[in-house]
Amino acid sequence: MATAREIKRRIRSVENIGQITRAMEAVAASKMKRAQDQVLSTRAYAQKAWEVLTHLASQRVADEAMHPLLQIRPVNNIGLVLITSDRGLCGAFNHNMIRRALEFIEAAEGATVQLITVGRTGRNFMLRLGQPIVAEFSNLPAAPGLTDITPIARVAINGFLNGQFDLVCLAYTDFITTLTQRPAIKRLLPIRPMELGTQAMAEYVEDVRPTPVGEYIYEPDPHTILDEVLPRFTELQVYQAVLESIASEHSARMVAMRNATESAAELVEELTLSFNKARQQAITREIMDIAGGAEAMAQARAAAQ
Amino acid sequence: MSTIKCDIVTVERQVYSDEVDMVVAPGIMGTLGILPRHAPLITALQEGELRLKKGDEEEIFAVSGGYIEVRPDRVIIMADTAEHADEIDEARAEAARRRAEQLLKEKPPDIDRAAIEGALRRSRVRLKVARKRRRRARPQERIEE
Repeated sequence: MATAREIKRRIRSVENIGQITRAMEAVAASKMKRAQDQVLSTRAYAQKAWEVLTHLASQRVADEAMHPLLQIRPVNNIGLVLITSDRGLCGAFNHNMIRRALEFIEAAEGATVQLITVGRTGRNFMLRLGQPIVAEFSNLPAAPGLTDITPIARVAINGFLNGQFDLVCLAYTDFITTLTQRPAIKRLLPIRPMELGTQAMAEYVEDVRPTPVGEYIYEPDPHTILDEVLPRFTELQVYQAVLESIASEHSARMVAMRNATESAAELVEELTLSFNKARQQAITREIMDIAGGAEAMAQARAAAQ
Repeated sequence: MSTIKCDIVTVERQVYSDEVDMVVAPGIMGTLGILPRHAPLITALQEGELRLKKGDEEEIFAVSGGYIEVRPDRVIIMADTAEHADEIDEARAEAARRRAEQLLKEKPPDIDRAAIEGALRRSRVRLKVARKRRRRARPQERIEE
């Protein structure tokens, strides 16, 4: 059995770890809140952009033939934007996302899937598996702005326009509650203005049927307007997916750290118990030594008399 | 006099939402004045100043690109960026303008050139909007500062 001093040292180190994990939990909680607020504040724009788009669609302006980003082609090549975290210590967060992405790749029989990875964990994993990666983005700031994700959207849009991808999907972790996050794969391109449910941004938008307001005037013309609306709409969806993933990452980390803190507390309790036992034993031994010594001296004194 | 509901949104936030008397927006085909019961219209925006008139007051924003949807009872401005005149940091806008002008002098390749020219136009708009606000500020307010 370990000596009391050794156990004491272990208790102290476990307590330190517990303090660190508790601090990390608090940090993750506040970061999660921030990402959540950020994604919620895109809601106003998302709603209105969607309304404009359905308006255009209902006027038969956003027709499939009207804009290359609306074009539906037979799917031979799929671009998958895989969003994971840069850092670990967040439970099964990345693992779940990657597993979901691999299922998707497997299910895409016939079509080849090329990856655009966001976040280091996903990139490293896919590299090891030898999956084709066309672009990778990592080290996004903790609270990314729209300009930080524009390049990601650009790769997706350009790839779709030049025929490298016939379909682009977003693989991200959907934040549901603090305790539940669900890996999701949703379509990014082509945009289909009449099918909200399959679009990545669906949860931020109410599917209001456009109120008929008569003919619109388009300045300069509908095509130019679509040119403005569609790329921004795509960026918006990537942005939302990234923010959702960040919120999920932090909440996963928060839960993982809370579990770690609890385990640390349990361990400290167990160790304290064995520390007390060890101490008790040591005391008992000392008393026995003293008692033995005293007894021996008493006997020696008796013999001398 | 009737009013028109005006929303200014960017991807990152809702910038403004209120009933106003008139909207003056920098459309791609030229400046548009929008009063209540305007015909339905969708147009792209260019960098410029966006003014909202409400009674005697006027709110000024610097916007850079995006698009605007007009319906008889409401105006929705979906801007790439929109800043209220009071939010603009004049010193920073000035620095951005100088930087852009400097870069243009160095004869960049074509792709950069378009981006830098865009940045230059944006910084000029922001400066203009910020200066308007300063002129408007009444003397006694400025003493208090």
